[in-house]
Parts: sequence; C-alpha cells; structure tokens
Amino acid sequence: MTEIPKEEFILKCTSACAGCPSTLILRYVLKAAGSDTVLVVPACCTSVIQGIYPNTAVNVPLYNVAFAAAAACASGMSEAFQKAGKKTNVIVYAGDGGTVDIGIQALSGAFERETDFLYICYDNEAYGNTGMQRSGSTPIGARTTTTPGGKVHAKKDLDAIVAAHNPSYLATACAAYPQDLFKKVQKALTLRGSKFIHVLAPCPPGWRFSSEMTVEMGKLAVRSGLWILYESEFGKVTINGPSKAAMIKPVPIEDYLSVQGRFKGIDRKAIDALKSQAEQRAKHLQKEAEGIC
Amino acid sequence: MLTIATGNKAVAAAVKEVRPDVIAAYPITPQTEIVEQIAEYVTSGELDSRYIPVESEHSAMAACIGASITGARTFTATSSHGLLYMHEMVNWAAGARLPIVMANVNRAIGPGWNVWAEHTDAFQERDTGWLQVYVSTVQEAYDTTLMAFRIAEHADVILPVMVNLDGFLLSHSMQSLDTLNAGDFVPPLHLPHAIDVLNPAGYGTLTGPDEHFRFRWEIEKSMRRSRKVIAETERDFAERFGRSYGVAEEYRYEDADVVVIAMGTLGKEAEVAVDLLRNEGVNAGSLRIRWLRPFPDFDLSGREVVVIDRDYSFGFGGVIAQSLMARQRVDLYSVIAGLGGQEVTYDDIAGFVRDRRPGTELWFGVNGDV
Amino acid sequence: MYEIRIHSRGGQGGVTAARLLALAAFRDGKYATACPFYGAERRGAPVVSYVRIDDRPIRVYSQIRNPDLVVVLDPSVMEVVDVLHGLKRGGKVLMNGTTTEKLHGVPAFAVDLTGIALREKLVIAGSPILNTPVLGALAKMGIISVDSAKKAIQEMFSDERNVRAAEAAFQELVI
Ligand SMILES: Cc1ncc(C[n+]2csc(CCOP(=O)(O)OP(=O)(O)O)c2C)c(N)n1
Ligand code: SF4
Ligand SMILES: [Mg+2]
Repeated sequence: MTEIPKEEFILKCTSACAGCPSTLILRYVLKAAGSDTVLVVPACCTSVIQGIYPNTAVNVPLYNVAFAAAAACASGMSEAFQKAGKKTNVIVYAGDGGTVDIGIQALSGAFERETDFLYICYDNEAYGNTGMQRSGSTPIGARTTTTPGGKVHAKKDLDAIVAAHNPSYLATACAAYPQDLFKKVQKALTLRGSKFIHVLAPCPPGWRFSSEMTVEMGKLAVRSGLWILYESEFGKVTINGPSKAAMIKPVPIEDYLSVQGRFKGIDRKAIDALKSQAEQRAKHLQKEAEGIC
Repeated sequence: MLTIATGNKAVAAAVKEVRPDVIAAYPITPQTEIVEQIAEYVTSGELDSRYIPVESEHSAMAACIGASITGARTFTATSSHGLLYMHEMVNWAAGARLPIVMANVNRAIGPGWNVWAEHTDAFQERDTGWLQVYVSTVQEAYDTTLMAFRIAEHADVILPVMVNLDGFLLSHSMQSLDTLNAGDFVPPLHLPHAIDVLNPAGYGTLTGPDEHFRFRWEIEKSMRRSRKVIAETERDFAERFGRSYGVAEEYRYEDADVVVIAMGTLGKEAEVAVDLLRNEGVNAGSLRIRWLRPFPDFDLSGREVVVIDRDYSFGFGGVIAQSLMARQRVDLYSVIAGLGGQEVTYDDIAGFVRDRRPGTELWFGVNGDV
Repeated sequence: MYEIRIHSRGGQGGVTAARLLALAAFRDGKYATACPFYGAERRGAPVVSYVRIDDRPIRVYSQIRNPDLVVVLDPSVMEVVDVLHGLKRGGKVLMNGTTTEKLHGVPAFAVDLTGIALREKLVIAGSPILNTPVLGALAKMGIISVDSAKKAIQEMFSDERNVRAAEAAFQELVI
C-alpha cells in the first residue's frame, strides 16, 4: 500500500453537503500534490465548498475564476511560474459542466499547447452548484431538474476528446478508490506537459441516494463496468485492478441504477444504451491495453 | 387565474402564454428556476416549444439568433456572469434586428462570487441596442414579460427586449399572481428580413463605414419609436387586463418637493419610505424607473432629487444619477446602495432623504473617505 | 402587517413552509409575501425565511427585523442563532419540540412536528417533513384559517398524509 501523508490541506470547515465526493477527491489530490501547489477552480460546487470569505477551508492557494476560463487561466499561471523558474504544481480542479460544456474550448486549447499542468475533472454528472441540471456528462436516462423525464442524450465521451490531444498522461479515477487516485495524481505530477484525470464523483443529493453511500455507489459504478479505471501514459493504456476484475465478472448495471433516485423510472431503451456504451468502451480499452488498436 | 408564485415562475408562466417557437437557455443562480420550469413545461407537453439545453450562454444567445432569423419567436433567460459571457451575442442580436426576449435576473459580478442582487450586470449591456425594463413585483414580472414580446416584435421596433428582475429579492419571493389568457394581445410575429430560400440574401455581410453608420442610425430611430410602442402596448394592456405601470411608476409624486428615484425592488421599498417621511411632514414622493432603454424623459425641475443606484460605473458614478444629471439641471444627491445584495431597508431610504446633501455621492454602509 | 420569521436548516423545508403559509394567507383573502433569505451555504446550514401578511399590498423586500412571530422548525439552530433577536414586544414563538423551557419570558408554544411527521411516515431522504404539519399549528394559533391551511397544502402536495399531519398538529398544539 502506498503511504498516504497524514497532512491535511482541506480543513474540517467546508460548506459541502454530507457525504460530498468532491471534497473527498480534493482531499486526496492535495495530499498527493503537497504544499507547492496552486489550485485553479472555475464556478462549481468547489466554489462553495471552500467556504465563505474571509474564511477558507483549503490550505493551498486557490484561485477562483470564471466558469469557462479555468484551463486558459492555468495556462497563464503555468507559463508565469516557469518564467520565474518555479516548479509549483498548477492544478485545475473543475466540475464536469466546467469541463465538457462551457470550458471545453479553453481545455482543448491548453492541451493542444501542451501546457504544463494537471487538469482534474470531478464528475458528478450534472451541475451541482446550481441544483442539479443536466450537463453534457449526465448519463442517458438520468433525471435532473432540466431533464425531468430522464435525459435523452448520451454522456459525452470526455476521455476520448482529451485523448485526441495526445496528453502525456490521462487517467480515470473514482472517489471510492482514494489509494488509486492518490497514486495517479502523484504520477501525473512527475510528468511534464498536459495531464488529465477524470474522477467519478457520486453525489448524494444529485444522484439521490443517502449520504453514507458515497463510497458504495462509486464501487458499484466500477464493479458494474459503467465506470472503468484505467490510465494512459504517453498513449500506453493500462486497465487498473478493480476494473479488470469487473470485466471478468461484472455486477448487473441494474444494481447500480436501482439504488439511485435519479434513475427512477428509466426505460429499457436507456438501460440498453448504457449497457452497450459500457461494453463498447470496455472492448475498446482492452484492445488499446493489448496494443492492437 | 389567481395564484401565488415566485418572480421566476411568473416569467416562465408568461413565456408559456406567448409560446415561443424556440427557447435556448443555460442555468445560473438565481435565474435557474426559469430554465427548470420551462424544461418542465416542455417535458410535460404544456408548452410546445423547442427547448435547447445549450452548453453555455454564448451558445444560448447564438441559438436564439439562429432561430430568430428564420422568423421564429425566441426566448432566453440568464443572469450576471451568464449575461456577460453572452455579451458578444447580445450585441449581435440587436445589430441583426432580432426581436428576442430575454429575462435577466440581476445579480452582482465577481470576483468574489456573489449571487445577490445588483444592476451592474444588465447595465453593462445598456449600450447594445436592447430595450431594457426593470420590474418590482411578481405580477409586474409576468405582465411585463408578455408586453416585452409585443414590443420587441412590433414592426416599428424589431429590437430585442431584456426584462430585469432583482435576484432573490424578486426572483425567489412569492407573491400573488394573476395569470392571463393573453388571447391576441401578442399577435403572430412577422420578421420582415427573415431568411427565405426563395428570396436569398446575405446577412451580416462585410459592411463599409457609410452603410454601417446608417444601420446604427436605424437602430437609434427604432429605439426612439419604441417609446410610442411601449405607451400603446401599456394602454392596450390596461384596457384588456386592467393593469398599467408606465415608463416610470410615480408614487405621491405630484406635489413632492423631494423625490426618491430607484429601480426594481428598491423602488417599491422607497414607497414605504415616502409614507414614513410624509408622516414626519417631509413632502416626499418616489419615481421608480422601469424603462432604462429607451431612457425616459421626465421633468424634475424645481424638486430635490435623491437617486439610489444599485450599480456603479467606476471613475464615473452611479449610472442613473449621472444619466439624469446629463439630461437636466438638477442638483441631486447620489446614493450608491445595495451592491451585491446589501440590505437596504425603507428606514435606510428615509435616512438618505433626511440626511441628503445635494451635489455629493454617498456609498451607503462604507465608512471612509475617497 | 403581521411578520413571521422561520428558522430551519437547509433541506428541512423552511422555505416551503414559508411559501405554504403565504399561500394559505392568500387564500384567506389577505396579501402575503414569502421571501427566503438564501445564504451561499449547502444543506444543513441554518436558513431563515420571512413571511409577511397584510390587508394591503406589501411593498417591503428587506429582511424582517422585528417579527411578530418566530417559528423554530429545528431547535438545534438555537445553538448558533439567536432566534429571539428583534422579537416584537408581545411577540410569540412556535417551537418544533416537546418543551419551550429554553425560551424564558416570551409566550412560547411547542408542538412535536417531527414526531407527527414520523408517525405519518412523511420522510424524504431520511429527513422528516415539517413544512406541512407546521401549517396546522399556525392555523391553531389563528394566523391562518384551517380551511386555507388545508387548501394550501392540497394545492402544493398531492399526498393526503400532509393534510393529516397538519390536522394532527392542530389537535396537539395547546394554546
Ligand atoms: C458564465 C456562467 N454561466 C453560468 C454560471 C452558473 N454556474 C455556476 S457553477 C454551474 C454548474 C457547475 O457544474 P459543474 O461544472 O458540473 O460543477 P459542480 O457544480 O457539479 O461541482 C453553473 C451553471 C456561471 N457561474 N457562469
Ligand atoms: S452537490 Fe454533490 S458534489 Fe456538490 S457539494 Fe453537494 S455532495 Fe458535493
Ligand atoms: Mg458537476
């Protein structure tokens, strides 16, 4: 087991909901990154979680910036640190909306320019800050306040979009596997260029499950194969242990859907679409991991 | 039908009544309830509009523009950073002469993040060619949204209209609401320059200085004509439904020696202050500005004026105070108050009047000299 | 004008209680406004909502400084908030709970809304629903009529248990 430092950078005075995955994820991200780190945060739940002026619950410099602007702002910060000869980690910590929707142009630009930074998208699959509207990352069939009948469009394949930019490092992670997340952040920060980690963030009020179940929900996402843990270093893909196990013996995805209020009343067609997307992604990643793609 | 609703729900209900063909909008606090309610109407089939859940406000306005130029009736709603993010397209909509209606829930602009009421967001769009109106009650939000479509789409106007309501104070307050059967109050839209494949034209083509200049003048002419259209629309609304508001709402104004001028919910709160002052023997009245563009003309001569700006133009002053001073010779007392949702009560407003110092500017609640 | 301040925690339904109360007052033929004060905090943080009831249109938007009635839906907020702050002389307090002993010197009434909600199994995501039973208590206090309280609940909720819970609170509150 990797030794995870005891030092905390998230103090116990956040204004997060009970069982908040975003806070949990950020806690491990900062444990891995250490104190020589600056966070860039666009509008998202983390804008609120960090606390209210003049207080803050985050013990590294945190720069809040406009919703669409995180990756571009981080580009400027990264270049300025380099110019000054500093090795400070620049980490964007953004929600899925700030990444796949309004922020995607800035994200694409920063990755194309091989900006030296780490971009972390914590994905609670909706706009949490504003009370759970759909995002491009909301899965098909999920109810949100702007898709009261269940979303009709599929979840955007963010990882494929980022992969198309050939980043030095790309990985997925999940709030329920903090060890794995910790190691991935550590590894990413040893590499130069643009790094990306996409972290699934099961959100109790948004997904409508009770707040003690966050970790359980993350595990179900991985075990059902709907969320695959893998990493890709300069294009070389490795599927991580829990997902390898899930590929051999997955739990039915219904077990994952039925415990979440947002999937109440989901129809067969949407379930089949979710299944076939998951299968295709698994097949594709397996091929890539075997190097036959 | 008589019911009770929030300001946001009232706007959504008015939109449902005029049935836009296309609605494109993006959530942002404190406007989100409008988008959510519209999504609900569309999902339940109560509203037969195409609703586009766009990925940003820039795209929301762009989608409205694309729909509008085909001759479709369009609506969007936003607030604060959302409005600023669509700024380029806000200009485009007016320049392209598209009668889009937008609700803007007034909110402060960061950094730091602040979700409470302030008018600076909409004021930053005041020179774009949009008509702008500010409301103060749930009923007025509903009625004005209905009127906005008719005014925007009127042949003498054909310009977009922005309906502004104060974040939280009005967007989230519940008051009584009388929803209407609008009937033919808003006639079908006829856009003279709608795209037509049988009559092809280039839109927004490279344009030289002289033509550009002429197009701007056309916008200004329509803006000026809109005063008449606003008045006519109000008159017809009053005849049909029994309510009217005016370009600005006067309260105990006729014989007032000192007038408080404010917008939105502060304008209503000022009425209570006026009553307090009258009881003390001060001959006060109030004027709540509704239409900011076109800017109303009133005659303030012979009266003392206290202007409350819930906005500021740095290095210039309160925008309403300065605009009034530019147009007429009044010695006014300019109060900057309520920024970022700062609490301003009727007692505070009465205090502004009692302690007025014409020719100066007060930043309420901020102690210290500049 | 009768002014009411409701204390609760985010997610407990204080805002809905304010809206229901305004709706009921409106059905009584009065003017009413409900203005929640939203902080930036998440679930669980103390929240206040304001209700004003009057015979004339209400033009005030600022927060209520001197309430005639304070309603405490979650007594635990009393550890962090002074719920009696600015209470008018002669003003009253309505508490969710079985005792008013923490409130010295003011006319205070208690009713176990949580118990009523649990008995009626009015529970969402683990939290008992307090906003409909409290309407029954407010009717008993004469702030709104019983009839309008019922109407308001039925207009906003289809589940009849909400009305039953309000009736129970009406029965149980001792004036
Ligand atoms: C230009 C602009 N539009 C809209 C908003 C309102 N807004 C703030 S955060 C947010 C949603 C964020 O969603 P996501 O990125 O998924 O992060 P989460 O809140 O789920 O953590 C929205 C719509 C804004 N701040 N700025
Ligand atoms: S909505 Fe979800 S992600 Fe946002 S603070 Fe609450 S638990 Fe965390
Ligand atoms: Mg999100």
